[in-house]
Amino acid sequence: MISDDLSVVLPEIILSVYAMLALVGAVYTGKDRAAPVLVWTTSALMLALAVWIGLTAGPTETAFGGALIDDGFARFAKVVVLASAALVMLMSQDYMRRQKTLLFEFPVLITLAVVGMMLMVSAGDLMTLYMGLELQSLALYVVAAIRRDNLKSTEAGLKYFVLGALSSGLLLYGASLTYGYSGTTLFAGILASIGDGPIGVGLLFGLVFMITGLAFKVSAVPFHMWTPDVYEGAPTPVTAFFATAPKMAAMALFARVLFDAFGSVPGDWGQVIAVLSLLSMFLGAFAGIGQRNFKRLMAYSSIAHMGFALMGLVAGTALGVQAMLVYMAIYVTMSIGTFAFIMGMQKDGQPVVDIRSLNMYASVEPLKALALMMLLFSLAGVPPFVGFFGKFYVIKAAVDGGYVWLAVAGVIASVISAFYYLRIVFYMYFGEEGDRRLDGTMPPVMWGIMMVASFAMIVGVINLFGVEGLALAAAQTLVN
Amino acid sequence: MDNLLSIITFTPLIAALILGVFLKGDSPSDQANAKWVALIATTATFLISLFVLFEFDPSDAGFQFVEDRSWLLGLRYKMGVDGISILFVMLTTFLMPITIGACWTVTHRVKEYMIAFLVLETLMLGVFCALDLVLFYLFFEGGLIPMFLIIGIWGGKDRIYATFKFFLYTFLGSVLMLVAMVAMYMDAGTTDIPTLLAHQFSAGDIVIGGKTIVGGMQTFLWFAFLASFAVKMPMWPVHTWLPDAHVQAPTAGSVVLAAIMLKMGGYGFLRFSLPMFPVASDIWAPLIFWMSAIAIVYTSLVALAQQDMKKLIAYSSVAHMGYVTMGIFAANQQGVDGAIFQMLSHGFVSGALFLCVGVIYDRMHTREIDAYGGLVNRMPAYALVFMLFTMANVGLPGTSGFIGEFLTLAGIFQVNTWVAAVAATGVILSAAYALWLYRRVVFGDLIKESLRSITDMNLRERAIFAPLVAMTLLLGVYPSLVTDIIGPSVEALLSNYQMALAETPVSTQLAGN
Repeated sequence: MISDDLSVVLPEIILSVYAMLALVGAVYTGKDRAAPVLVWTTSALMLALAVWIGLTAGPTETAFGGALIDDGFARFAKVVVLASAALVMLMSQDYMRRQKTLLFEFPVLITLAVVGMMLMVSAGDLMTLYMGLELQSLALYVVAAIRRDNLKSTEAGLKYFVLGALSSGLLLYGASLTYGYSGTTLFAGILASIGDGPIGVGLLFGLVFMITGLAFKVSAVPFHMWTPDVYEGAPTPVTAFFATAPKMAAMALFARVLFDAFGSVPGDWGQVIAVLSLLSMFLGAFAGIGQRNFKRLMAYSSIAHMGFALMGLVAGTALGVQAMLVYMAIYVTMSIGTFAFIMGMQKDGQPVVDIRSLNMYASVEPLKALALMMLLFSLAGVPPFVGFFGKFYVIKAAVDGGYVWLAVAGVIASVISAFYYLRIVFYMYFGEEGDRRLDGTMPPVMWGIMMVASFAMIVGVINLFGVEGLALAAAQTLVN
Repeated sequence: MDNLLSIITFTPLIAALILGVFLKGDSPSDQANAKWVALIATTATFLISLFVLFEFDPSDAGFQFVEDRSWLLGLRYKMGVDGISILFVMLTTFLMPITIGACWTVTHRVKEYMIAFLVLETLMLGVFCALDLVLFYLFFEGGLIPMFLIIGIWGGKDRIYATFKFFLYTFLGSVLMLVAMVAMYMDAGTTDIPTLLAHQFSAGDIVIGGKTIVGGMQTFLWFAFLASFAVKMPMWPVHTWLPDAHVQAPTAGSVVLAAIMLKMGGYGFLRFSLPMFPVASDIWAPLIFWMSAIAIVYTSLVALAQQDMKKLIAYSSVAHMGYVTMGIFAANQQGVDGAIFQMLSHGFVSGALFLCVGVIYDRMHTREIDAYGGLVNRMPAYALVFMLFTMANVGLPGTSGFIGEFLTLAGIFQVNTWVAAVAATGVILSAAYALWLYRRVVFGDLIKESLRSITDMNLRERAIFAPLVAMTLLLGVYPSLVTDIIGPSVEALLSNYQMALAETPVSTQLAGN
């Protein structure tokens, strides 16, 4: 029944229709003057959808002959994606208005990207996967270059587009090989054609190419090259967005493909993922050391964090998927908080991103410095902050799956990366008395989001706000 | 009162929150308020902890005052103390008011300073009370953050280098322990410390790449824990962060670092390495013995050459911790009793010595030994106190230092005579550097122009030293105060240890050579 199918994708339909209405409406009414209103309504809609999806705890449903799967795993990922997108948009508004870049296309494009992500995480078919991925990517290419008159922003958009197109090509090639050798594009069909393995060489090629394409999207080493440049060049709100929702969606898609389509042969992709994870953690740790630009630093930080999230997947167990989901939820929270701060960094009204400008920040703004410090220690994975539990969780999954060497390598990488987080703390607290002071003011929305995020880093120690149980339920629907 | 330990642990944290939320401004009266709040909170913590001590039943070797709540990730929030840990809890609560008293002269960002110390106290108490692996790790690692800030913000000239070194060194050591903890969790299916103490980790040899790993899994776990505790302790050759950190830390920071934080390493050995991996401990004990012996002799010699008073005391701490590790892995009643005693005694003595340096540093703003001389002429009370603690550091009979050194040496003598012989030379060397330091600083004529107007200790300083003097002498003449409390727990630990060794046939016996 078509109506049954449509009811499964109702949230996506609502968002798509809303995006188009908003586009048309804004064009005919006030164009960019309508943008602030649009940002508020879009955020509100996304939050409402997140609550709605989060509260529907129905059984697994499929639509369009299995091409879309709406299970607990997809719902978990969708909630994180929607909530983070809404929050990032809310806090972006003030920054973009000050920079005069608050175009009405911004909320519309973000909405379309979010629709793409929602399709990605519930993909049950190679076609859906590609459709979702491209919808997301195309919207993001444009968003990255949203400051048309700015060289760096345009460059970032172009770079992202060229490399993203390459990765999409690789993914598509892998998908076509997979289709050729299994005779179906349905994940369930691929799984059935593999049986209990061993996997044929053609399918293996398809698998590897698809992993390559997906690794681009999660910016895992060695497919990470676009990340620092795009993070640095894109306007800060866009960077904040890149660091959160798309990462969650891509990681969920990664898990979806690996488990739904190739779940019976975890030995064949476990090694590949382990190497990606190892390289990401170490490159993210080492390359971040030299960075003075906070956004670039966060790019390397996110590469390292993706390495950790991938560590959860290597084992091919439900525990691993649960660990990955918990890790991503924590990571997204930390990122939102940190980017709220970065957006608020300005001197004489101009945004700055040099970490040296934070010199002795703690003596001017003790509360904000404290909040940022908590977020940074959490990013570094130092207990008692919540970031530690994310690391603990993936390490547990890796050890459980027999990847002790990866766990050891991971914790060593986390010590190395602690250095650059500590250096920001060093500037804020131990710096020399100098004149490089930031403006003290911060818009209330940013301030609030940052405070809530950093507060969550310490209060979450009590029970992680129940994310653990939700992630477990989600992981069990993916891995039987 | 079944949540007494939580109350003790979190009282300082609550005080820190109160300070953070309610105290605004930085005027002298605000600063005084901050200090008073911190002093009252730490004193209250000490008083509450006395209840634990009085209610504690020394004849029971198990854990007492146990609280057990479910926590996230299948972990448990479990607290409890036994004969081994209760005295460390007492040491911490006892020393914190003294530490706060020692920062009375600080004027730079006082409120934050007090908050850092209060948070630190919570984390340190948590380490000694935690009965869950991950809870332990949480407190153990969390303590790095306030210390990082204390050294970094209120430290000396090269504080940045010292604090980064301190943080990264200890962090690197600890993360390996984290992986080992996860592996233990997977093996035993629980992170509950009492259950793990009864769990037998496999000690069968593992062959990797043609090499036989004696002791198998236990050896791996044991080394991972060693990486963490050896750095924290610190043992030679990973002690180099300690002199740097001590020299740059403010006086109160040094006191806490030397008196309490170093004890976490020794406590860890006693709580984890020895009882949980008995086979590996037995196999690798000679390694520890020789590392300890080298530490005692080598760092004592290094101490002789120091120009900076704090650095000298820091090296002497490393040497004294050598006795502790040696005593623990001697794995007999004297050795372990002596190790615990030595840790407690060192807590009082080294803390007091750093305070002694602080007293003259506050007046002269230098720690160079050459800048002093003849202080006895102007500061007789100070000379007396300093002498007492110098003697305690040397291990003079009648002071607490003697008991610890004697017991550990007696313990190691039964296991390895050569190590005992080498370590015994450390007693002489410690007399050499400590007495020489004392002579150069206190005795002689007062010829330095700058010292002519130096004043003796004031009332506050005397009040700080009084409890430390009392404890050092009390433990020196009446050591069974401590050994009665720790005795049954240590006995139980060692009998379990011997039983586990007897049950597990060890293929290669490396011990004894």
